[in-house]
This record gives sequence, structure tokens and C-alpha cells, in this order.
Amino acid sequence: MEQRMANTWRMTVNEKKFIETALESGLRIDGRRPFDYRKLEIKFGKDEGSAEVHLGQTHVMAFVTAQLVQPYRDRPNDGTLSIFTEFSPMADPSFEPGRPGESAVELGRVIDRGLRESRAVDTESLCILSGKLVWAIRVDLHILDNGGNLIDAANIAALAGLLTFRRPECSLGGENGQEVIIHPPEEREPLHLIVHHLPIAVTFAFFSYESSVVIDPTHHEEAVMGGRMTATLNSNGDVCAIQKAGGEAILQGVIMQCLRIAAAKAGAISDMIKKEVDSYNTKRALLKIKRHSTPRDVDRGASDIGLKQNSSVDQMRVDEFSGHHVQRIKQECEEGIAKQSRDVESETKLSDKTQTNRSNEDTKNFIGGPSSWDPYSVGVDSDSLKASLASQGMQMPIEKQKDSKGEETRSEAKPEDAPENNNPKTSPLREAESAERANGEKTLKDAVKAKNRKSRRKSHSSSGPS
Amino acid sequence: MSSKETWMRQIRAEIGVVAKADGSAMFEMGNTKVVAAVYGPREVQNRSQQLNANALVRCEYTMANFSTGDRMRKLKGDRRSTEISLVIRQTMEECILTNLMPRSQIDIFVQVVQADGGTLSACINAATLALANAGIPMRDIVTSCSAGYLNSTPLLDLNYIEDSAGGADVTLGIMPKLDKVTLLQMDAKLSLDTFENVMQLAIEGCKAVADYIREILLENTKQLQYRRGT
Repeated sequence: MEQRMANTWRMTVNEKKFIETALESGLRIDGRRPFDYRKLEIKFGKDEGSAEVHLGQTHVMAFVTAQLVQPYRDRPNDGTLSIFTEFSPMADPSFEPGRPGESAVELGRVIDRGLRESRAVDTESLCILSGKLVWAIRVDLHILDNGGNLIDAANIAALAGLLTFRRPECSLGGENGQEVIIHPPEEREPLHLIVHHLPIAVTFAFFSYESSVVIDPTHHEEAVMGGRMTATLNSNGDVCAIQKAGGEAILQGVIMQCLRIAAAKAGAISDMIKKEVDSYNTKRALLKIKRHSTPRDVDRGASDIGLKQNSSVDQMRVDEFSGHHVQRIKQECEEGIAKQSRDVESETKLSDKTQTNRSNEDTKNFIGGPSSWDPYSVGVDSDSLKASLASQGMQMPIEKQKDSKGEETRSEAKPEDAPENNNPKTSPLREAESAERANGEKTLKDAVKAKNRKSRRKSHSSSGPS
Repeated sequence: MSSKETWMRQIRAEIGVVAKADGSAMFEMGNTKVVAAVYGPREVQNRSQQLNANALVRCEYTMANFSTGDRMRKLKGDRRSTEISLVIRQTMEECILTNLMPRSQIDIFVQVVQADGGTLSACINAATLALANAGIPMRDIVTSCSAGYLNSTPLLDLNYIEDSAGGADVTLGIMPKLDKVTLLQMDAKLSLDTFENVMQLAIEGCKAVADYIREILLENTKQLQYRRGT
């Protein structure tokens, strides 16, 4: 029951009077209008399900983890969701380490009610074996800096974490289908949590017996306020939870008015959360595509670059070198192509324009499309490429695909198409760049004068007539 | 309000149940039974917490092991109890004229003897009576009632079964003379209009409780007058 610690920061009477008087004229000490939120920033961490929120000076982090547990007896088909809060002592001098104090417990329970009772997270989908094994989702909220209005910031962090969290996929196996196999993320893609709607908490502070109401109080305003009310609403206008734990008494009409304002704010904030989560998911998807879509020629040594993780499946495709396989890989790469223009230099990819069966493995890996980042790139014409290859094709012995000679082969193959391109890097990169040359695109390398031009011309000329 | 959905449960209250305390009361709402005891104003036990301008209000909410169907262990100090203690304390703090008793301490202890839904409301009503019994100056009494929404009907004063059915549960505490809301807790989803109806219903319930409480207090005062021989 220690609600007031000896080292609590107390406000001076002057500061209190100043804030109250300013509020009477509708001025807030940080310059905001009464119903403005502070600047909101949402960032995501390395692990899935970790989110960091800055709301003005308030800094909160959320971590979402999952574990397999036995369900509650009275709910055998439901997973569980639990919220744990930690008020780090570095956030505020009045936070003590150890057991959570009253405000920590209140914060945890308010967020918990908003998420659980309104059924924002679908718990039935977390059931693996009815009555035996369900997923228990645990959200840990760490308060790192108390700049006021912890509830709103922590709520946003928890939502951002839950939206980006992925749980491993599991299937039933074993003799009688009673064993649960959890698939690691490399094997099977982890799954999202099903979130039906986003309950957003909006906190109001009341001063001087209702003469002023503000949204999103700062630390200073919280020390002066007479009462506080947190309304949790979603963007559909449903009220998910309200917490007004005593404090200054207000009229019923004021409550309804606050709820309407909160509905508008909730819509704006949930849009922002969704936008940030979407951009995070896109970035993540990009990383994944890089990993899976590029087939590797073992001979090439492109793997030396270490940019790609190759499965044996990819190799198999490469080795088989049938038109069918080429098609398949192309399709995988299609989406990757537009997004991975940066990697053009270092990876070799298929283009859907290169439809021909090539006896030459080099030419299979090549980008024909225009790069998305270079406004002047045009992409190579597959027909002319085919023609040039046909003329050279028969003269390409397979062993010339060895990495050290890779680039030479390349350069021979596409002398006409290749603009001067400089490649001072290692050979795997060279071959990649020469592939790029074949595209007819101008890269940044074009702008740089090459030392290697002469050597290449020599080799080109020497092997030309052969 | 003639339809059964808008009826409250049977209320019963008794003052002075804990003889040692400065003020005490027992409050029943249907099967929910709660005992409150108030000690104060007295000297602050923990000097570091002393407030120079106001009285320090402390509150502790506990549920007896036998109060619900299954016997519970370690109920004191768990998160739900901590939150409810905080809520009751802040609600009562608002109505007590703390500036009249600086450097003192007022303790409110609330114990749930039988739990059947609406324990928070019953606790606040019991605390109000106990504070009045202790003679602590208050701005106004605080009365509380809960209301819910099940099967598209607003219901007043939910019991445990109705509460766990998954519909909304709104607990409201008002100061009836001032007609202002001091406590408002709500969970589960409701649209804004439905919520307004449910809140309105809860306010009516609170006013009904307030009438009853005033009756009880009046009765008690008459008894005291009689015993004094005036």
C-alpha cells in the first residue's frame, strides 16, 4: 500500500498555479492545444513482436512472446493473453525496483481489459490441442521514460508488438495425432496473430473542477490534474473500456463529449499504427525474398558474397537447367526484381524477358528489366540478346562457367550489349556486373572510369574471333 | 422503470458492525456481502508519507478465502486487489474533505465476505456508510451501482453469472447531490449510444442506492438521539 514514496518529486506551488492559470485560458505549457496529441513515433526492433513507442518524451517498449501451456479449465479452447508491466526506475524517481506499484498494476490491468474483454486478439485460433495445449501470449511492457500519459503510449506499443508478432506454426503428428510438432521459422513461415480490431487508449485530464479538460497530459500536467479518465475505443466507434478511478467528479455530459473526441483520436492513431506496421511488414517481406528467390550457381561462387542463403533445391534447379525450371525461378524472381535493384550488382537473377533456353548457364542469370531506382534505365531487349547469344553460344564450353573465368565468358557473350562497365571488385561481383552490362542499363559504375576497361577490351578482342 | 431488467437486487445495510473501528458498516446487494471499517483520523504511521496540507487516505480491499465458490489462496496483494484498492481509495479521497484534517491518516478496510458480482459497488457503498458512521467530514456521499448489456438489453446490478456471460459491465460511482460522476469503469465492447443508455441506467441505480443510504443514516441518527435521551 505504499502509494507515496519519500522521493516523489513534488511540484512547487508556483508551478502548479502557473499551469492551472494557463489552462484556464486554454494554453498548455508545451504549446499544444487542449485536444492535441504529442508527436508519436513507432519503431520496431530486430525480433518480431518488439516495438518501441515515443509519445513526446514518454518512451515505452513492448515485447511479445509466446509459449505453449495448458489452458484454463473453464476455457479449454482458448489461448491466453497476459500483460506484464515493468516500471523501470530510470523512468521516474518514484519508481522503485521490485514488485510493481499501484500505478504499474493499474496500467497493466487497463491495457489488459482493453485487449482481452473486447476480444481484440482472437484466442480461439491459439488453441492447438483442445484442453491440453494452447499458446499463451505474453506482452511485456517496459517503461523507459515517464513523460506523462503512460497508458496511451504503452497501449500503442502493445498493439504494435501484437501486430508484428509471429508465432511458429505447429502441426499435429505422432501416432495418434496427439504430438505437437513446432516448426522452426526456417522450415515454415511463422504465423501472424489474428487481431480483429485495434483498441486505442485515449487519456483525458481534468483540472480545477471541470474548468479544463485536456488530452494526453504531460508529466507536469499529471501532477496538477484533479482527475483522469482513460477511454479505450477502436476505429469503429465502439467503446472497449473506460477507466475513471475516482478523482475529480465530472458531469455525465462531459463524459459523453470526451468519448466522442476520443473516437476521433482513436481513428487517427490506429491509422498511424497500421501504416507503420505495414511498412515494417513490407521491409520484412523484402528481406525474405532476397533469401529465397535467387538461385545460385555453385560454380559461380556467387555465394562468396554471402548475400544469399541457398538451399539445395535452388542448386538442383540450376543444375538441371531446363526451360521449365528456368520459368519457375523466373516467376519467383519477378517480384524480387523490381525491389532488388540495389542488389543487381551483386546477385544474378532471371528476367522474364529471357525466355530462351540457353545452353549457357551464365545467361540464365541476368536481369532484363529496368531497375526501379535508376530513372534512366531501360532494360535490355531479349531478342537482341538472344541473337547475340546465338552467335556466341556454341563457343561457350561449360567449364568456362568457373568463377574466375565467369566474367570473361560474360564479356565475350555480350560484347555489343555491354556498355563500358567497371568492376574493380572481386570476380563474383564482376560477373554480376557484367550481367548488368548485358542489360543495357547504366549503373553508377558507368560514371566511374574503369581501370579494367583496357584489359577487358584486350580479352574481348583476343577471344573475339575465336 | 417497470420491466424486470431494470430492477436492482435487494439491498440491505447495517451500521456499526465492527465495534473497535471508528466507523463501520455492512452492505449487501443481493448475495454480495461486504464489510467496511474506517479508522481515523489518527496519527500517520509512516512519517515519510505524511502530507502537511491534507489527510492521508489509505485503503485496503481483500476478499475472504471463502467468499467465492472455490476457496482461494493468497488473495491479498494480487493485482486485482491492488487495482480495486487504488480505485476505492481515489474515489473516497474525492469526497472526503481532506484539507480539514492535515497531517492525519484515515484508513479504510474493506472485506468481501460473499462475492456474487458487483463487489466494487458494494465496497464503495459500504465505505461511504462507514465514513459517515466515523463522523468524517465529506463533501457528499458516494454511491455506486453496476449495469450491463446482455442480449441487447441493458441490465441493472449484474450478479456473477450475468457478469461472466461476456457482455459489458459498467460500474459507476456518483455523488448524488452534485450529480457528478466520480467513478466509471467499463469493460467489453459497446457502441457509443448503447453505452450512453447503460450509463444512464447505472446512474438511476446509484440514485436509488443513495436514497436507501440516506434512509439508513437518518435512522441511525435517530437511534443515537434516542440513546442520548434527547
